[in-house]
Amino acid sequence: MPKTGGNQPAGAHSHPGASGAWVSKLHVPTGSSRPGEVPDFSALHLVSDGALFRPEPDCEVRDAEPLARGLVRVLDDEGVAGGPWLPELSDEHLLQGLRHMVQVRAYDERMFRMQRQGQLSFYIKSTGEEAVAVAQGMALDSGDMLFPAYRQQGLLFVRGRDVVDMMCHCISNARDNCKGRQMPVFYTWKDGNFFSISGNLATQFSQAVGWAMASAYKGEDHIAATWVGDGSTAEADVHNAMLFAATYRAPVILNIVNNQWAISTPQSFAAGGTTFAARALGYNIPGIRVDGNDFLAVHAVTDWAVQRARQGFGPTVIELVTYRVAGHSTSDNPDAYRAHNESDAWPLGDPVTRLKDYLIGRELWSEPQQQALEAELKEAVSRDWKQALSHGSLEDGPHWPVATMFDDVFQHMPAHLLRQRQQLEEEE
Amino acid sequence: MSRSASTATETEQRAADRETMSMVQAINSALHCTMAADPAVLVMGEDVGFFGGVFRCTEGLYEKYGAHRALDTPITEGGIVAAAIGMGVNGLRPVVEMQFADYIYPAIDQIISELARLRHRSGGEFFAPVTIRAPCGGGIRGGQTHSQSPEGIFTHVCGLKTVMPSNPYDAKGLLISAIEDDDPVMFFEPKRIYNGPFHGHDNNGGGSGSWNDHPLGQVPVGHYRIPLGKAATIRAGRQVTVLAYGTMVHVAAEAIRTSGIDAELLDLRSLLPLDIEAVAESVQKTGRCVVIHEATRTSGYGAELVAEVQETCFWHLRAPIERVTGWDTPYPHAFEWEYFPSQRRIVDALQRTLAYH
Repeated sequence: MPKTGGNQPAGAHSHPGASGAWVSKLHVPTGSSRPGEVPDFSALHLVSDGALFRPEPDCEVRDAEPLARGLVRVLDDEGVAGGPWLPELSDEHLLQGLRHMVQVRAYDERMFRMQRQGQLSFYIKSTGEEAVAVAQGMALDSGDMLFPAYRQQGLLFVRGRDVVDMMCHCISNARDNCKGRQMPVFYTWKDGNFFSISGNLATQFSQAVGWAMASAYKGEDHIAATWVGDGSTAEADVHNAMLFAATYRAPVILNIVNNQWAISTPQSFAAGGTTFAARALGYNIPGIRVDGNDFLAVHAVTDWAVQRARQGFGPTVIELVTYRVAGHSTSDNPDAYRAHNESDAWPLGDPVTRLKDYLIGRELWSEPQQQALEAELKEAVSRDWKQALSHGSLEDGPHWPVATMFDDVFQHMPAHLLRQRQQLEEEE
Repeated sequence: MSRSASTATETEQRAADRETMSMVQAINSALHCTMAADPAVLVMGEDVGFFGGVFRCTEGLYEKYGAHRALDTPITEGGIVAAAIGMGVNGLRPVVEMQFADYIYPAIDQIISELARLRHRSGGEFFAPVTIRAPCGGGIRGGQTHSQSPEGIFTHVCGLKTVMPSNPYDAKGLLISAIEDDDPVMFFEPKRIYNGPFHGHDNNGGGSGSWNDHPLGQVPVGHYRIPLGKAATIRAGRQVTVLAYGTMVHVAAEAIRTSGIDAELLDLRSLLPLDIEAVAESVQKTGRCVVIHEATRTSGYGAELVAEVQETCFWHLRAPIERVTGWDTPYPHAFEWEYFPSQRRIVDALQRTLAYH
């Protein structure tokens, strides 16, 4: 009987290759492109055939099943809106959505440049996926709790956070509400029901379910919404979240932002050949796959999930199919792991352009107005940046007093931290 | 009625309201007290609801407070702690039961990276007042996956309080303090002494007592707190200070008694915050110190105690500080009593310490 397993050296195996190494049968997935290759997104099956219906939000999970493998769209490739998911949104609401997205993009551009000038230690852009946070944020009520990952800064703009406060956080100055403890973009904003962002991936996903369970426990109507990336769905927290959400029928929306890349790792490493929305079906949760660059479709699907949760029918998993145009962060160069300008080949276009063209097509908006808006918001961000710097810079301060690092470890400072704080002050 | 008469009446009332309780019953009583007082308190974990817990600590809560407050959960410790964090952020006060301390590791990212640091990382905006109860320790033939004492992993994490009671009276008062505390608390329950004090294994297989016969098995029925961060002096002495917690308090007490050594025994009760004042006062008096715990030795909590003692008491020390601990091996099923710190090993350490003049 042949011996199996064990730590056999290369060459000591029964099937050595020419070099003496094993001849591998292991399947390792590939992505849409590597440098020098032609991008190919055909494996994503970005067709809406299976999603040409809209079940009622209180439907059985099985009645929504095709939505997990199709692609809900409202705006077609020509910018025409239609189909069963066409949401009833006011003109003002749509124009506000466009404004938020343009503002997020202006903010990202400015902060990215400031990082390149050494004024921030780090930054993460959301370029190309602004519709996710903006449309979803606008579909939720202000009393609903947000448990975001690090690329949903759009939520803060929707909820009206002071941009200067956001910048002050990113440069850890004396006005940073995180008191200089967090890297840039790991925002916290309790007054806006925006949870403290962690750097440990996906931890917020299952915490959001607990928050939603508590809302139901207390008989309240608030729901929770949370976001995770395609790569982070591999974490156990995502399984935990779906299982708990299903078990307790928690009023929560579990969003998976499939932007194709987890730093350099293609989404295929976490998808395993299926869609992320289809993961929900095994937990008996409806999963809906939506064109994440279609503001109207994202809004409509989120509206559906909000209704389902608020009415007590439980969670929904939404996969938002989008594209991460920028690098993962300021710390990586995407040209090192994917084809240069791969984003030009992305079949679902740009969310800002698509909503803008739609509004122009309806004669609610015009190119000159768009240019004026972009200029206005770029100027506003510049003003905000100057004001943020007036409260201190990362390198030169003023920062929070150093000794405040000992605050908030506990509610009340225990003796050993008092001693360490004193030691720090004596050594200063 | 005079003030003193009123106080006497209250004292009598309290004495009359004491009952003999095992540690399991005292913990159960603490849960009943806190759940009756605050609708935000709930217990959650594997088998804690309908069944009442595998060690019976949550018995009767399901019937009295309902399925949503004695919450049975799926078997995923990381999910349980994460849900508890979200609940805590949303105004609840969850008491999580880890079925065994050995099962805690799937939850460690949620405990260390999230629960412990949430208040700090959010600039004080968010916190989650979660208590995590975990039956710990060996001596029950649990092998390597039902015997561990991982307290030192958690005392190393900033933002967590870590507690381990040694008797029913302390268990109830400390657990109530832990639940009512707005900081997260790791609450380790030595399961070997759940149903009676344990004085260490002898070759006849004995060594167990009953809480019926122990003064600290008399537990007030109502609400009371024991503050976190205060040690208890179990026995006053002049020759050497013994620092212990959990089951080892009883083993050490018996070792001291049989050896005839005039040792001062401190039950630390709370490992973080540590009552360093009580420790230093005792060691400065005796000039000698033996540290005892059941957990593995290297980088264990005893190492922290030794460092603290030498920092605060160096010029008073007359002998090297001794450690008596579990060995640096997984907890062996067949050799439980060779692993478990015995009275004999404790007496040997005390005598080695006293040999210095």
